Amino acid sequence: MFEKLKPLILVGALLAPTTVLGQATPIGDASAGAQVYQRECASCHQIGDGAEHRIGPHLNRIFDRRAGSHDDFRYSEALVRQGRDGLFWDLARLHAYIENPRALVSGTRMSYRGLRDEERRANLIAYMRAYSDQPQNIPEASPTAIAREVELSAETLAIEGDVEYGEFLSAECTTCHQRSGEHSGIPGIVGWPEEDFVVAMHAYKQKLRPHEVMQSVTQRLDDEEIAALAAFFRELGRE
Amino acid sequence: MILNRRSFLGTATAASAALSAPMALGQAKPRVVVIGGGSGGGTVARYIAKDSNGAVDVTLIEPSRKYYTCYFSNLYLGGFWEFDALGHDYGNIARLGVNVIHDWAVGVDRDAQTVALASGEQVSYDRLVVAPGIDFVEGSVPGWDVSQQSLMPHAYKSGTQAQLLKHQIENMREGGTFCMVAPPNPYRCPPGPGERVSMVAHVLSEINPTAKILIVDPKENYSKQALFEEGWERHYPGMVTRIGPDFGGENVEVRPDAMEVIIDGVVEAVDVCNVIPAQKAGKIAELAGLTNDSGWAPVLPADMRSRMDENVFVLGDASAQGAMPKSGYSANSQAKVVANVIRGELTGSRIFPARYSNTCWSLIATNDGVKVGANYEAGEDQIESVSSFISQTGEDAELRQQTYEESIGWYNGIVADIFG
Ligand SMILES: Cc1cc2nc3c(=O)[nH]c(=O)nc-3n(C[C@H](O)[C@H](O)[C@H](O)COP(=O)(O)OP(=O)(O)OC[C@H]3O[C@@H](n4cnc5c(N)ncnc54)[C@H](O)[C@@H]3O)c2cc1C
Repeated sequence: MFEKLKPLILVGALLAPTTVLGQATPIGDASAGAQVYQRECASCHQIGDGAEHRIGPHLNRIFDRRAGSHDDFRYSEALVRQGRDGLFWDLARLHAYIENPRALVSGTRMSYRGLRDEERRANLIAYMRAYSDQPQNIPEASPTAIAREVELSAETLAIEGDVEYGEFLSAECTTCHQRSGEHSGIPGIVGWPEEDFVVAMHAYKQKLRPHEVMQSVTQRLDDEEIAALAAFFRELGRE
Repeated sequence: MILNRRSFLGTATAASAALSAPMALGQAKPRVVVIGGGSGGGTVARYIAKDSNGAVDVTLIEPSRKYYTCYFSNLYLGGFWEFDALGHDYGNIARLGVNVIHDWAVGVDRDAQTVALASGEQVSYDRLVVAPGIDFVEGSVPGWDVSQQSLMPHAYKSGTQAQLLKHQIENMREGGTFCMVAPPNPYRCPPGPGERVSMVAHVLSEINPTAKILIVDPKENYSKQALFEEGWERHYPGMVTRIGPDFGGENVEVRPDAMEVIIDGVVEAVDVCNVIPAQKAGKIAELAGLTNDSGWAPVLPADMRSRMDENVFVLGDASAQGAMPKSGYSANSQAKVVANVIRGELTGSRIFPARYSNTCWSLIATNDGVKVGANYEAGEDQIESVSSFISQTGEDAELRQQTYEESIGWYNGIVADIFG
């Protein structure tokens, strides 16, 4: 991994014993997916530099594309209709379509029996992902990996927050919310009663409260983390 | 014992024994040097100093006495923000105990663990953070180099370039053409050029309504494209034309003296020309041997540690980390991860797993704000995007106004987080 100091990565791991490496799960193995693509797709679809429509449309920038939306390709009416109804190619839709095209679009002209093997399908989709928009260039582009699961439990409100962890997590909040508690376009959150804080965060997490930034932030906070944040902001309010 | 790279490389057992004990025990204070006092460097210096309560010696090297943010510089062009409000000094960072040196870093000796300054001084470090932002790729727009930046400004680094561009736009002849040469990927602030076009259109529609805006873009598509195009049609109908790669946007050359832009061989006379060239990591990252062929500095996804040197971290725009866009928000978010790791390594405090996020707001017209954001996690090879959101076309005016007000809140929040 280190280009110059390969052996020292172990030392790096020792240095940071609590750092979890590789939290996000990749969609699949893109290099293995290249072979799947050759076997399963390449006779009809092109992908990559200079790809053109053949029997099927080219697959560059397939992620986030509306189904049936290349003006210069003749799709089945069924596929175009699904596109009009709001079918966009995202990870879940691509999985479903490649597994069994007719599950998603009855009457599609893609005369493909489907790829049932989940791992090969995931590898294939990871390979195709590389030819679509990249989030570093287009932040709204489809995710490149699968987030780790965050669990909800019944005793949520009873968790005693870890203030030190809360302080670390709070740095994500203070990009927008001011430590001073001041409001300006973004509400202050310093010194809230812990229970109100926890309830509000869970309401964002469950998407009961609407704000997208807050939904996005809370999505990956587990119960302990929310409790830790609540405890830290309560402490900050006392300072 | 002062740990340096030679002792580090001594024997594996010696190294691990030394490393399992925090460095601060029984020795002089560990030293962190940060190159660059922008969104990334300012944050990391501040957080290490603040959280270590004096246990770590932090030096920040930054040539400017005042940092002018690029964020909201477009709003300044549009007349929605004052130039002075973009400027922030280092007084509060220094008050937290950071030793702020106003000078250029001109070289890094990674074996000796020292940074050379333009003044001739050397500063030594136990951990180095490199956050110099971007530089431009020479020759990426034929006919343009930095010596032409007063004729054809880039206004893509902080400071006076934005003032110059504003002056040129306001003094453009009636019915003239403002041209933007947009950059190829990857570049700082993916929605930045679109936001700039919106703000220029806003000004021109008020003071020079028959003026035209021409965007020459080498990219097939760009961030928030549907939102910007909808907004331009609604607020500034007929004013903006974009030439993408299909029509020659990839093949562009400029002649600053003649104020001409040559698009796929066709000469266009323009009145103001904003050239945003291709970008790479700030020069010092290259001089320090931290970049690869891409021109950016590769880092490990879990903690932004350089892949070239375990004592060095690279932050913000200069880094090649994966899925995060080059933004002030990203740089600030990465800096907090690095601050936590460095403090942990040097003082034995707890190290928590990285959390990365980003949101970018843009203003399209008066009270018409939009946003895009995502969460990121360390993957095995790079930082990965795990979820994202974006404002929708057709949103109502109240929501757009609220989004704009939120962006002001974000600006005040992030500058307080770094400089406040
Ligand atoms: C028009 C525009 C609009 C933008 N809008 C937004 C926005 O709305 N939201 C957002 O999040 N981001 C926005 N950005 C992007 C944001 O400005 C950058 O991504 C961010 O500043 C990167 O932070 P950084 O720390 O990597 O670099 P910078 O903030 O550029 O800081 C680098 C610092 O390093 C210093 N430096 C360079 N070389 C040396 C050296 N050799 N020695 C010492 N110091 C050195 C420089 O003086 C500078 O102060 C915008 C950018 C532009 C151009």
